[in-house]
Amino acid sequence: MTIELVVGAIEAILMVLIGLHLSIFLLYFERKGSALIQDRVGANRANITGIGQKLGMPNLGIINTLVADPVKLFTKEDFVPEGADHFIHGLAPFLALFPVLITFAVIPFGDTITIAGHTFNLQAAGLNAAALYLLATIGMGVYGVALGGWASNNRWALLGGIRATAQMISYEIAMGLALVAVIMTYGTLDLQAMVRSQGGVWFGFLPRWGILVQPLAFILFLTAGVAESKRIPFDLPEGESELILGYMVEYSGGKQAAFMFTDFAEQALTAMLLVTFFLGGWQIPWLYRDGFHFPGGHFLAIAPLAVSILGVIAFLIKVVILCAFLGLVRWSLPRFRYDQLMRLGWKGLVPLGLANVLVTAFIIVATGGAH
Amino acid sequence: MPPILFWFLATLSVVSALGVVLQRNPVHCLLALVLTLLAIAVLFIGQGAVVVGFLQAIVYAGAIMVLFLFVIWLLNLPVVTGSTGRLAAKLLGAVGVAALLAELEVFWVPSHLQVKAAQHAAGYGAIDALSQTLFSEYLIAFEVTSVLLLVAVVGAVALARRTTDAEVQSQAGNSSRTEKAA
Repeated sequence: MTIELVVGAIEAILMVLIGLHLSIFLLYFERKGSALIQDRVGANRANITGIGQKLGMPNLGIINTLVADPVKLFTKEDFVPEGADHFIHGLAPFLALFPVLITFAVIPFGDTITIAGHTFNLQAAGLNAAALYLLATIGMGVYGVALGGWASNNRWALLGGIRATAQMISYEIAMGLALVAVIMTYGTLDLQAMVRSQGGVWFGFLPRWGILVQPLAFILFLTAGVAESKRIPFDLPEGESELILGYMVEYSGGKQAAFMFTDFAEQALTAMLLVTFFLGGWQIPWLYRDGFHFPGGHFLAIAPLAVSILGVIAFLIKVVILCAFLGLVRWSLPRFRYDQLMRLGWKGLVPLGLANVLVTAFIIVATGGAH
Repeated sequence: MPPILFWFLATLSVVSALGVVLQRNPVHCLLALVLTLLAIAVLFIGQGAVVVGFLQAIVYAGAIMVLFLFVIWLLNLPVVTGSTGRLAAKLLGAVGVAALLAELEVFWVPSHLQVKAAQHAAGYGAIDALSQTLFSEYLIAFEVTSVLLLVAVVGAVALARRTTDAEVQSQAGNSSRTEKAA
């Protein structure tokens, strides 16, 4: 019991760290990847003593983005505007960040692993109702943004807060509907069980990944996930050209960094959830507990411990690829207009999600899948 | 559920519920109400009613309270400073509260003082058991409720779309102008 608690705590910390590191990757992509896409040089200063240059290495701007920027943010004056609600103004950024970080706990990042006779489930919190848990925590994320906008005593901030609230509530419904179809397909609320049932192959070679069963739900979840993380093309709450920075206008220093990090962490979370539901989680095609069974009939034996570790690595690689994809989306599309955003949400995604649930239900009943 | 967790959550829910009533700023009241609902949701989960607990968190704390927040913003409620109301009303209220507390003390506490863990059947509170009951035994009630909610939504939309006086006047102005032009 004690050892399980300790391992659970370690896994939870590990998962939060993975999430935060992915956020840092996204932050780096935001600065340097965007420069690559737009054919700019991007962050290239703060090259201490020019050692890298002398050795002939390209300046990757790592010190700017990952050292200088955070140091700058966390040493800035923590400004609270006049007439602001001090308590809520201070609380809001963490109210936004906290629900995202606790959601990482239910994501399975590997199969069971057996070390020294103990078998551990590589999922920090093995909840039976994990799908409900993540809907609840994602729903809580609205408060930080909404209250941050309200507590700043600034009209741009309030407008940004209201926009963010309306947007997140609207797209949560689309996300929930996509999730309902996924839950019906797997017949469970347990994320680890969902990933398990994505093992194996069809027709001898095609991995049984969720995206092949629920392609529409994948697109809906992807769209709703990007909208939930308030990134371009859904960044109306921040909209620099209209609202300066929306709900973040009156924040500076560490609190603003917390809000920014929330967006990156939500993006990382979206990537993890997409991998878990649709891209086989930690599953590697043709890899079973005893080794690879290639379609041609070849077999490659691998030790069980190595299989578990390979699964974790596969999960991380998939998540990083999806994070990079989300970054590409963010730097390729222009921002929606507000009426377009609401039309897409309510007249596009929600009816499609409902239709998807209906068709999924018909297919399950027709193929005798219901118990 | 460990007793210490129960007492922590019970205290939290009572204190935050008091915060809902006693605070002056409506947004602070709302935050306290969210905390109350979340504490009760975790209590539900701890008692085995997992689905009900999560639905409480998703629907009440996550969606309905956000709606309340919108209403507070749109009404632009002022922060009440100082007490309002008549002295007589306050005295009457205090007497009522005292009577209620006395009633609780006399009629309820002694017989229910021993806290016993409820005995549940296997699968109690899980989503399959809940949905089996909901969609077989209570199917008609469930469907009727959904129709009721739909009626409420349609009614709200109909009320909101009613043309306002200003619009009627501007329409009248337009028509009179066109008449003159004719």
